[in-house]
Amino acid sequence: MVDARGLSCPMPVIMTQKAMKSKEDYYEVMVDAQAPLENVTRFAKSQGYNVEVEDKGGEYLLKISR
Amino acid sequence: MPHMAFFAKISNVKWRIKMEKKNDKLMIIIAGLVIGVIAAGLAFLGNPKNMGFCIACFLRDTAGGLGLHKAPPVQYIRPEIIGIVIGAFVAAFAKKEFGSKGGSAPMTRFVLGFFAMVGCLMFLGCPFRMILRLAGGDMNALLGLVGFVIGIFCGIFFLKNGYSLKRTYSLTAGEGYWMPILEVVIFVLLIARPAFIAFSEEGPGSMHAAVILSLAAGLVVGVLAQRTRLCMVGGMRDLVLFKETRLLWGFIAILVAALITNLALGGFKLGFAEQPIAHTDGLWNCLGMLLVGFACVLLGGCPLRQLVMSGEGNADSAVTVLGLMVGAAFCHNFGLASSGEGPTPAGKIAVIIGIIVVALIGVVNTYVKEKAPAKEAA
Repeated sequence: MVDARGLSCPMPVIMTQKAMKSKEDYYEVMVDAQAPLENVTRFAKSQGYNVEVEDKGGEYLLKISR
Repeated sequence: MPHMAFFAKISNVKWRIKMEKKNDKLMIIIAGLVIGVIAAGLAFLGNPKNMGFCIACFLRDTAGGLGLHKAPPVQYIRPEIIGIVIGAFVAAFAKKEFGSKGGSAPMTRFVLGFFAMVGCLMFLGCPFRMILRLAGGDMNALLGLVGFVIGIFCGIFFLKNGYSLKRTYSLTAGEGYWMPILEVVIFVLLIARPAFIAFSEEGPGSMHAAVILSLAAGLVVGVLAQRTRLCMVGGMRDLVLFKETRLLWGFIAILVAALITNLALGGFKLGFAEQPIAHTDGLWNCLGMLLVGFACVLLGGCPLRQLVMSGEGNADSAVTVLGLMVGAAFCHNFGLASSGEGPTPAGKIAVIIGIIVVALIGVVNTYVKEKAPAKEAA
């Protein structure tokens, strides 16, 4: 679980990238703004993952899997 | 992860992001093309040559108009700036993205903004104007671009090693409105023109498109930049860090559209010598933009992006914009800003100091960790 709430880009993507080095099949990333939501999603998709987003009222839980 | 059940309970409708990668890229390319045409076009409607838009120059002019510095040729309240902030505010508000946020190292951001401006005024333009200068055939901007890329790499070095200005937090509801309100007040001053507001009678500050055109151009650019997250440093940065080209396409689209517009309207003049509001000192063009690229990567966005985020309610970006404006005032009060003649000795010293300070900010926020056990560390 990567908690990237409150962090501005590119930090959330860098954190996701670092986490993904363990090459697991499932990650969760928490963000609280639209730009990181889009950027992490874009990055995860570029790495061959699927992304599901849960809206938790201003915060978003990204479920990244492959 | 342990809280799954909890999350599942409170979660409302699950939804998939429908952003298709191609659409995404197409959006920013179209936005970039529109912005490029508008920016080049403004220079034909009265703005200084190759300066349809320049966030650094326009914040500097605005600072001068408000009397924060007394350099007679560069004083005018630029409606483009007002338009960008209000445009971004409206777009963010409409999409429910507006929110009062801040608290991520405000003074550090102020200082980074200050020195980013020192670099901009050494080169004579922000990254946005650097593109427009390239599109006008100003080859001096090519050396600026070289420095800009080197500066971005300097910033990326720290990003890769864990640089962070830490988290932002939700602030009181009113906090995010200050910047849009401030712009409205400045707009009133522009229209009312009371005696204490100074407008240039000659020089770049006296050259401007009609207020309504400048404002409209700013509004369109503000909306497009907010929706696409357009950023001039982000393109190169994301390419290096993540092999992500989306933002870079925005950069390229602006360049292409402005170039074509300039060629069509006769605003293209290839070469180094006698370019409008530019000097030919290659080394200092390069070092100036190095400072800008470096500072902007550590800030998380170029001056345009900071302006847009200040309209989205981000108080940290608002403080950064104030840092840019104060930096501009200092540059002209202390004779740090270059002119068409070239850089000043004091300006060179300021750029060197700036590069050192920005590097120290990088070191401190990468390698010096707080002693208290950081609870928030994920």
